[in-house]
Amino acid sequence: MTAEAGVGEGSGAPRGSGGTIAVLKGGRSLERQVSLRSGARVQDALERLGYAVVGIDVGHDLVTRLREVAPDVAFVALHGRDGEDGIVQELLEVLGIPYTASGVSACMRCSDKVVAKHAMRDAGLPTPDFYAFTETAFKELGAGDALGAIEDRLRFPIVVKPADQGSALGIRFAATAADVPAAIVAAFSYSEKVLLERHVHGRELAVSILGDEALPVVEAVPREEDFYDFAARYTIGRTSFVCPAELGGRLTARAQELALDVFRLLGCRGFARVDLMLEEGSDELYVLEANVIPGLTETSLLPQAAEAAGISFDELIGRIVDLALVPSP
Amino acid sequence: MSQRRDLERYAGLFASRTSVMKSSAMRDLMAITERPEVISLAGGLPDTSTFPAESLAALLSKLAATDSARALQYAPTEGMAAVGEAIATVMAAEGMDVDPEDVLVTTGGQQVIDLVCKTLIDPGDVIVAEAPTYPGAVPAFSAYQADVVQIAMDDDGMRVDELEETLERLEREGRRPKFIYTIPTFQNPAGVTMSLPRRQRLVQVARERELLVLEDNPYGLLRYEGEALPTLRSLDGGDFVIYLGTFSKILSPGIRLGWTVAPAPVLEKMNLGKQASDLCSSSLSQLFVATYFAEGHWQDYIATLRDLYRRRRDTMLDALAEHLPPEAAWTHPAGGLFIWATLPDYIDTTDLLARGLSRNVAFVPGRAAYLDGRGGSSMRLNFSGVDDDAIREGVRRIGEVVREQVALYGTLTGAAPPVAPSEPAPAPIDPALADVLHLPRRDDRGERRAR
Repeated sequence: MTAEAGVGEGSGAPRGSGGTIAVLKGGRSLERQVSLRSGARVQDALERLGYAVVGIDVGHDLVTRLREVAPDVAFVALHGRDGEDGIVQELLEVLGIPYTASGVSACMRCSDKVVAKHAMRDAGLPTPDFYAFTETAFKELGAGDALGAIEDRLRFPIVVKPADQGSALGIRFAATAADVPAAIVAAFSYSEKVLLERHVHGRELAVSILGDEALPVVEAVPREEDFYDFAARYTIGRTSFVCPAELGGRLTARAQELALDVFRLLGCRGFARVDLMLEEGSDELYVLEANVIPGLTETSLLPQAAEAAGISFDELIGRIVDLALVPSP
Repeated sequence: MSQRRDLERYAGLFASRTSVMKSSAMRDLMAITERPEVISLAGGLPDTSTFPAESLAALLSKLAATDSARALQYAPTEGMAAVGEAIATVMAAEGMDVDPEDVLVTTGGQQVIDLVCKTLIDPGDVIVAEAPTYPGAVPAFSAYQADVVQIAMDDDGMRVDELEETLERLEREGRRPKFIYTIPTFQNPAGVTMSLPRRQRLVQVARERELLVLEDNPYGLLRYEGEALPTLRSLDGGDFVIYLGTFSKILSPGIRLGWTVAPAPVLEKMNLGKQASDLCSSSLSQLFVATYFAEGHWQDYIATLRDLYRRRRDTMLDALAEHLPPEAAWTHPAGGLFIWATLPDYIDTTDLLARGLSRNVAFVPGRAAYLDGRGGSSMRLNFSGVDDDAIREGVRRIGEVVREQVALYGTLTGAAPPVAPSEPAPAPIDPALADVLHLPRRDDRGERRAR
């Protein structure tokens, strides 16, 4: 611990004065490894900022550990199931521990892409057309018979996604009708609900929100595959990132505004990342999803966006902790 | 200096070969298989709990009493003479006659693969391997930037006719493979054994074309049925075969001792390569092996392992027959540690692993054994490292998720189609798969530092 370390900026947090932060990481989700990487970086940053830091690999003893540590703040560095879906947040509410990022309801809305997309569509925010079904619908209600109609409406290629998988695991392109069944089988490996979505061809953008401010837009440019896949997302050298994305002022402002609209609509707090597509030809922006706990690894987009805004990683982490201590409106 | 710029600063220092040494989605999935509640059929581990602790204690005490200083000292690069003799004894048990002087003792069999690549491979050089191949060889080949060409196998091992066609094609392209990598006996991961005619033909092809063959033989003594076949080295006499042996599966992988016997000029280069890598293999381990073999009971322990693994193999074969749907097929290994199961090609075993993990069962997705994205609907199952009950329950759970996927596919298509749909887009080639070896992890702190 480096309790005496210099701590310039920020306010309100028990920094350098015996304040204890529990960093929740790991867990049982498929993104465990990514979370461990995020968590390790966050711990290092918090130590540099002068906090007493306790890393907790989230498991059966989570409540016991949290009671033992009795942290001033819990920094939730979990990705995927249990961490982003509101479950851990609910426990933290019960224990009365302030925590970083979004609350329970926003987590539930964002971690289920289908719920988030319905909310966006109802609010008139652009998201690609989609249909979603549970495994039961296919097995017991004959939803398979409706596939033809869905395919007609969405047109190929169709993107098939698990509804609540945070990373790109299980996401497939179906170029033709023959690809759809296997893509659906793959997606159901990760989730009980599957989303069939119109593929928006164009540029992949991410807008991170910190507090109530949209950070510079990041564009992810895959180097090898025609699809931004799970491995590429977390691997140095597999994807080029351009930040700020070269979009021009008008598009940049629109993307940031849209991301903020989504952030507010879904009730997010602290920070989040909104993923968008900029359609080639039409220049229309479409929101794919909002991530309530975006990655904080070396290759993650949020830290890059923060840096482009002149916010160092340590500063970013400090701000996120400060935001956790702001009372909810 | 921000983290991001830090990263970029290091990135600028990385050798170009590290660009193929990637972390991987599959590695992240495999890491979850280490949770204690998961029945993992993904490992490739021998059951070291079968080695009596009191024997280990007695051996170590004996060597401490008699040879303490030597155990703590460096050893010759080529290995201690007594270990060379033990190796000659083991090889004689498989019908090979070698002079202990011609042996290079290595740090596990894995070092032989590394040293052969180090000695022979320039970036872009061709290595011919089996399809599927040993997942642990993939990162070694990738690290040397080899172009790996994989040859299909059937129940009789590598299709040597396809090999010959491939060699013809490569010759037309002006490319000469540096070596052919094969595990002819109880192949990892496929579990099949190369037939005698194919062995003879392979050796003949190597001679005719003056090509080197790297014969990886970790499991030869773990035969559960049938007659032993001659090794490639014994058929060839050692002119074109580099032989790789290991104590890992017949004694212990923890002692990290393997060996190679190679044509003299090749062995000389490998010796130099080993000097650069680690000077010598562990003296303590070498003296342990020497002491162990001097007792003369090494074959008894292998007999124990054979009985145990035979039973576990049979348990797994029975469980597969009971729980996998008729659409699945799997190999019937006569020895070794692995069964290779292949599902209908609309099932992707990397995705299936995610579903399996939700039921606390794990296996190695087939893609780990290919460099070209194939293997998507196969899986490797290990039967040596877990007990019979865990094998039965693990296979039952796998059967459950497979049947669910088959049924789901059926409802989506009306029925299981006679012709498979177009292949799903292959996953990115993913060479960083040493993790499928399931090496133990460090504690939390180590994990943090190793990120």
